[in-house]
Amino acid sequence: MEQWIAGVMDFWTAEQGESSKTPTIHQPNDPILQNLDMRFGVIVFPGSNCEHDCYYTLKYVVHQQVRFVWHKEREVSEFDAIILPGGFSYGDYLRTGAIARFSPVMEAVIKFARRGGVVVGICNGFQILCEAGLLPGALGRNAGVRFVAKSVYLKVENANTLFTKSCADQVLKMPLAHGDGNYYADAGTLQQLREQNRILFRYCTNAGEITSAANPNGAVDNIAGIMNETGNVMGLMPHPERACEAVLASNHGLQIFQSIVASA
Amino acid sequence: MANHQRELKAKIHITLKNGILDPQGKTIQHGLEMLGFTGIREIRAGKLIEIFFDGLSREQAQQAAENACKKLLANPVIENYDFEIIKVNKE
Repeated sequence: MEQWIAGVMDFWTAEQGESSKTPTIHQPNDPILQNLDMRFGVIVFPGSNCEHDCYYTLKYVVHQQVRFVWHKEREVSEFDAIILPGGFSYGDYLRTGAIARFSPVMEAVIKFARRGGVVVGICNGFQILCEAGLLPGALGRNAGVRFVAKSVYLKVENANTLFTKSCADQVLKMPLAHGDGNYYADAGTLQQLREQNRILFRYCTNAGEITSAANPNGAVDNIAGIMNETGNVMGLMPHPERACEAVLASNHGLQIFQSIVASA
Repeated sequence: MANHQRELKAKIHITLKNGILDPQGKTIQHGLEMLGFTGIREIRAGKLIEIFFDGLSREQAQQAAENACKKLLANPVIENYDFEIIKVNKE
């Protein structure tokens, strides 16, 4: 078994050569992660399907406290951070995230966010945050119409946030899987996002170049992830929770969770 | 026909705003063109939602449809809506 893991690690080390800037991954015993015990809540809607990945990663890889929160709960003040996981809440009916946004728990999540609580929306979670008005813009059908599931590279555009502080000047590799990831915001909103450095991740090549070929879904400006004005709510389409261990072909997603924990 | 057998229905159309990419409409257009249809400038796909009211006046139905569109049915960032209130037989 150990040999097998070593083999995978070797393979991973070789794989990492793909990305031009290799991220630093903190080991669990790294001082930066020690004595930190954040309480994460992972919201579960009918149709969520990435909640276990988030739970597993936060508990067993990032070593934090975590609990599932059913969408009918009405209080989230016990937590330090809330994760809205990926999936197809309410079957994506009407629009992605449109119905989930009115789940009982969302009222509490909105209050939590407005008080400065940390909220992360991944994939369907990002769509829900846009529908709830916690993030600007909307996510439309992929430009190619098809569902896209593949690994992408993300350029970290702003590493001076609680979500990205350990990702300075890096290109992160992680998977994405969605049919509606085509981020859109009107010109005024985009201008504001740019001026306030609220675009955190953009789709890029493995060398960190922003090209239209590297854009998997037609998102305006290659935008993969943004944050709110007060810097405590982030949404992104790719799945960092699926990229937190070497056996998963990338552990770059860990950087995002470690940034959050290190910021606590 | 007795009056109580007629009820109101809101016929709501939700469409993507001008300038918002509509990949579904484009795909439908390609499909039609493959079948030999010509002279098509553009196709935009939208949604039709019907609300069948029970016992509401025309004014109340109008208000309810408007509120439903604003609150849930359309996303004002990317979509427009319009609707008409029509009389239908109550089954």
